Amino acid sequence: MITRFLVVKTCRLILLIAAVATLSFVLVNSSPVNPVDAYVGAAMLRISPDQREVIAKRWGLDRPPVERFGRWAGQMATGNLGVSTIFNEPVLSVIGKRFVTSFWLMALAWSLSGALGFGLGLIAGAREDTLLDRGIRLYAYTMASTPTFWVGMILLMIFSVSLGWTPVCCAWPPGLSAEQATQWQRLHHLLLPALTLSLVGIAQITLHTREKTIQALRSDYAIFARAQGESTVGIVFRRALRNVALPAVTLQFASLGELFGGAVLAEQVFAYPGLGRTTVEAGIRGDIPLLLGIVLFSTIFVFTGNFMADFIYHLVDPRLRKATGAIS
Amino acid sequence: MLDIQDLSIRFTRYTFGLKKKETCVVQGLDLSIAPGQVMAVIGQSGAGKSLLAHALLGILPRNARVEGRILFKGKPLTPERLSALRGREIALIPQSITALNPLLRVGVQVARAARLSGISKKDTPTTVNRAFSRYLLQKEVATWFPFQLSGGMARRVLTATATVGMADLILADEPTSGLDPTTAREALGHLRELADTGKAVLLITHDIETALQVADMVTVFCAGTTVEVAGAEDFKGFGQLRHPYTRALWNALPANSFVGTMKPVERTSNTIGCPFQSICNKQDATCGLSSPPLKHSGNGRVRCHHA
Amino acid sequence: MTINPLALDRRTRTMMVILGCLILFSAIFLGAWLYGEQGQVTNLALRKLPPGWNQPFGTDWLGRDMFARTIKGLRISLEIGLAAATCSAIIALLLGLAAATMGRIVDVSVTWLCDVGMATPHLVLLILISFACGGGAKGVIIAVAASHWPALTRVIRAEVMQLRTSDYIKLSHRLGKSPAWIARHHFLPHVVPQFLVGLLLLFPHAILHAAGLTFLGFGMSPHTPEIGTLLAESMRYLTTGMWWLAVAPGLALVLSAMTFDVLGNNVRALLDPKTLRE
Repeated sequence: MITRFLVVKTCRLILLIAAVATLSFVLVNSSPVNPVDAYVGAAMLRISPDQREVIAKRWGLDRPPVERFGRWAGQMATGNLGVSTIFNEPVLSVIGKRFVTSFWLMALAWSLSGALGFGLGLIAGAREDTLLDRGIRLYAYTMASTPTFWVGMILLMIFSVSLGWTPVCCAWPPGLSAEQATQWQRLHHLLLPALTLSLVGIAQITLHTREKTIQALRSDYAIFARAQGESTVGIVFRRALRNVALPAVTLQFASLGELFGGAVLAEQVFAYPGLGRTTVEAGIRGDIPLLLGIVLFSTIFVFTGNFMADFIYHLVDPRLRKATGAIS
Repeated sequence: MLDIQDLSIRFTRYTFGLKKKETCVVQGLDLSIAPGQVMAVIGQSGAGKSLLAHALLGILPRNARVEGRILFKGKPLTPERLSALRGREIALIPQSITALNPLLRVGVQVARAARLSGISKKDTPTTVNRAFSRYLLQKEVATWFPFQLSGGMARRVLTATATVGMADLILADEPTSGLDPTTAREALGHLRELADTGKAVLLITHDIETALQVADMVTVFCAGTTVEVAGAEDFKGFGQLRHPYTRALWNALPANSFVGTMKPVERTSNTIGCPFQSICNKQDATCGLSSPPLKHSGNGRVRCHHA
Repeated sequence: MTINPLALDRRTRTMMVILGCLILFSAIFLGAWLYGEQGQVTNLALRKLPPGWNQPFGTDWLGRDMFARTIKGLRISLEIGLAAATCSAIIALLLGLAAATMGRIVDVSVTWLCDVGMATPHLVLLILISFACGGGAKGVIIAVAASHWPALTRVIRAEVMQLRTSDYIKLSHRLGKSPAWIARHHFLPHVVPQFLVGLLLLFPHAILHAAGLTFLGFGMSPHTPEIGTLLAESMRYLTTGMWWLAVAPGLALVLSAMTFDVLGNNVRALLDPKTLRE
C-alpha cells in the first residue's frame, strides 16, 4: 500500500513541476524587463544594437515563446537547466553550491524553532491564562508581527556592531576561501542568521500548538481523564500528546516554504552567500535561467516537506488510515 | 455512602456582545445512596443531570459555582479530598465513546485508568485482562482504536474503565442512551452486578422504564431540583407516587398507555411558590406562598407542602 | 466618583481596546495625510541627528525627518498589506470549504491548486510575480494576494475533513441535507474560529511580506518611503551606529501588525465568546 502512495506522490511531483515550470515561464516572459538589457546593465550605452542582437541570438531570445519553452522544457527534462547569466556557470552547479551553504542555516533554525515552539505551545496551553501563558503568548504574537529582516538587523546591531561578539557578514571570514574556513568559523557566522530565523519561526508553531493543547484539554477525553484522577500534566503528556503533536509536526513540515523565504531575507541582511541571496540577485539582475532554476529547485524542496506532512498524518491518525485504505 | 444536601450549580457565561449572565442549573438537590444500592436519578434530557456527575467529581468547568453539602462515607467532600478520591473511590462511566481518546488504543486507555486508581504497574496488565474478560471483550479489542468499537462494545469498554479499580461509588451517566433494548439491559445488568458486590451506583438517566429494571431507589429531578425520592416498588402502582410530576411521568409510560402530556415546568428566579401548582390536585393557597421543602413521607421524600 | 479601569467588566474593556486600536489606525492615516509630505524635505544642516526633541525619530543622511517618513511609509505599507490579505483570506475560506464538502473532483482540484500555489516558497513566488509585473506597487499587491491563500485553505480543509468523520455530520447527510446546507450550518461555525486565527496571522504576514519585497528591492522606487525601502536604505548606515534609522520604522511596523492582532482577538471575543472561558 505504501508503494501506491509513493507512486501517486511521484506522479504528483512531476505534474507539479510541469505546472510550475509552465507558470514561471509564462510569468517571466510577460515581464517588461528585457533580459539582454538587464545583463548588459550599465554598459548599455557602450554596446551597439548589433552586439545586443548577438547576445539575444545566443540565448535563443529571437525565437517565438512557445518554441523557447519547448527547448527549455526539453533541456530541463534531461537535467540541463541552462547557464546562469550572472555567474556564467551552469545553473545546476550554482544552485548546488549555494544550497549547501543555506542548508545548515535552515536545518539549524528549523529544528530549534520546531522543538522550542512545540514545547512553549504545550506549556502555554497547559497553563492557560497564567502569567507564563501570557508571556509566551505575548512573545509569539510579537514575533509573528515582526519582519525577519528587521530582527536580523537588530541582532546585527546589538551583537555584531555594539558588542562585537559575532561577525557582521558572510558565511566565513572574508578573505578566506570556502575550503580554508574551519567548522567553528562557519558556525560562528551561522549563529546570528540561524538565531534570527528561529526567533521568528517559533511564533506560528507556538500559537498553533497552544491552541491545540487548549482544545485537547477541553475535549471529552480530557474531562474523562480528569475524572479518573489524571492531573493536567498527566493529561498533556500521557493522553493528549499525540493529538497535539500530529498537527504540530504537520505544520512544521509544511512550513519549509516560509523557512526558505526567511532565509532569503536573513541572508540578505547578513550577506550570507546562500541560495536565498542568489535568488534576489537573479531576480534583480534579470538572470532568467537561474531564476527559473531556483523556482524549480525550491519547488522540489517544498514538495518534500509537504509530502512528509501528508505521510505522517496518514501514518499516525488511525481514522484516516482506515478511511483512505492507502496505508493499512 | 453518599449524602448530598441542598446542592446548587451555577454557571457564568458570556453572551453575544460579552454580556455576563449567570444561570442556575441545579438548585436544592438532595440525594442519598447507601452501599449496595442503585439510585436512579430521573429527569428530562438536559444539562442538569449530567452535571451532577461532574460536580461530584469536581471536574466542572471553571465558570461553574457549586454550593451545598456533600458527604462521602460520612466525611465532607472537599476539593482536596476529591482530587485524592477521583478515579480511586469514585469512578465515572461516561455517556459516550468520545470520552476515549481517538488516537490511543483502547487497552492503553483502560490500563491508564487502572494505574490512576492505584493499581501497581506490575498488576495492571492482569487487571485489565480481567476487566475485559469480565465484560466479555476479546483480548484483541485492547489493541483497537475507539472508532472501531460498536455501540455495545464501547459501552462495555467504558464500564470496564470505571470498574478496573476498586471504586466504591460508581456514577453512570446515561448508560443506555443510543443502545438497543438487549444491549441496554446488559449494561444495566452490569450496574446491578456492581451494586450487588457492595458498591453504590448512581444511575443518571432520562429513561425511567429501563432504570426501574435495576434501581432500588429513584430520585425524580425536575426544574433543577429534587421533587421526589421514592423506592422502585412505589412505581408498581399508581397510588404510591406522591408528586404530580412523578405521576405524570408514570402515566406517560408506554405500559400505562401514554396518558397525558405535561406542559414543561420552568422555574426561574422570579417564581414564588411551587412551580407545579397548575398540574397538582392538592393545590391550595399555601402553595403560592413559598417554595416547598423536601419532606419525608412514608419511605420516601417529596417536595410538597402537603406531605 | 473615580472609575478604576481595572474594575470594568470584560465587555467594556474589550470595547475600549477595540476603540483604541481603531483610533490608532485613524491617527496613522490622519498623520500621514497631514504630516507625511514633510518627509520629502531635505535639510542638510540637520543631517544624521539621533532622536531628540525636534525630531522624535531622528533624521537621515539627507536631513529628512524620520518620523514623517515613517508615518507615510507606514500608511503605504498598511494599505498594501490589508488589501492583499483580505483577498487571500476570502479565497482560502471558499476553496477550503469547497474542497472538503463538494465531492472528490472539487477536492482534488482545490488540493492541486494549493499544491501549485504552495509549491514554491512564498518569497520566491513573490519575487517571480514581482519580476513578471516589472516591480512597483501593483506588482507587490498582486504578488502578495496571489500567494497567501494556499496555507489557510489547507488548514481549513484538514479541519473540516476531521469534522466529516464525526457522527453528527454523517447523520445530517443521512437525513438528506445537501452538502451546501451541511457546509453552512455545521462546518462554518466550527471553521470560523480557525478562519479567524488564520486571518489574524495573515495580516501581519501580508504586511511583512510586502515590506520584505520592497526591502529586497523589488517593490517601489527608492523615492517612496515604504517601510521596507526605509529599512533597506538604513542597512548602509547600520555599522556606523545610526540605529534610529532602522529601529524606528521597524518598530512602527511591528506595532501596527501587533495592533491588528489585538484588534482581531478582541473582536473575536466579542462575537464568539465560546473561545473565552472564565
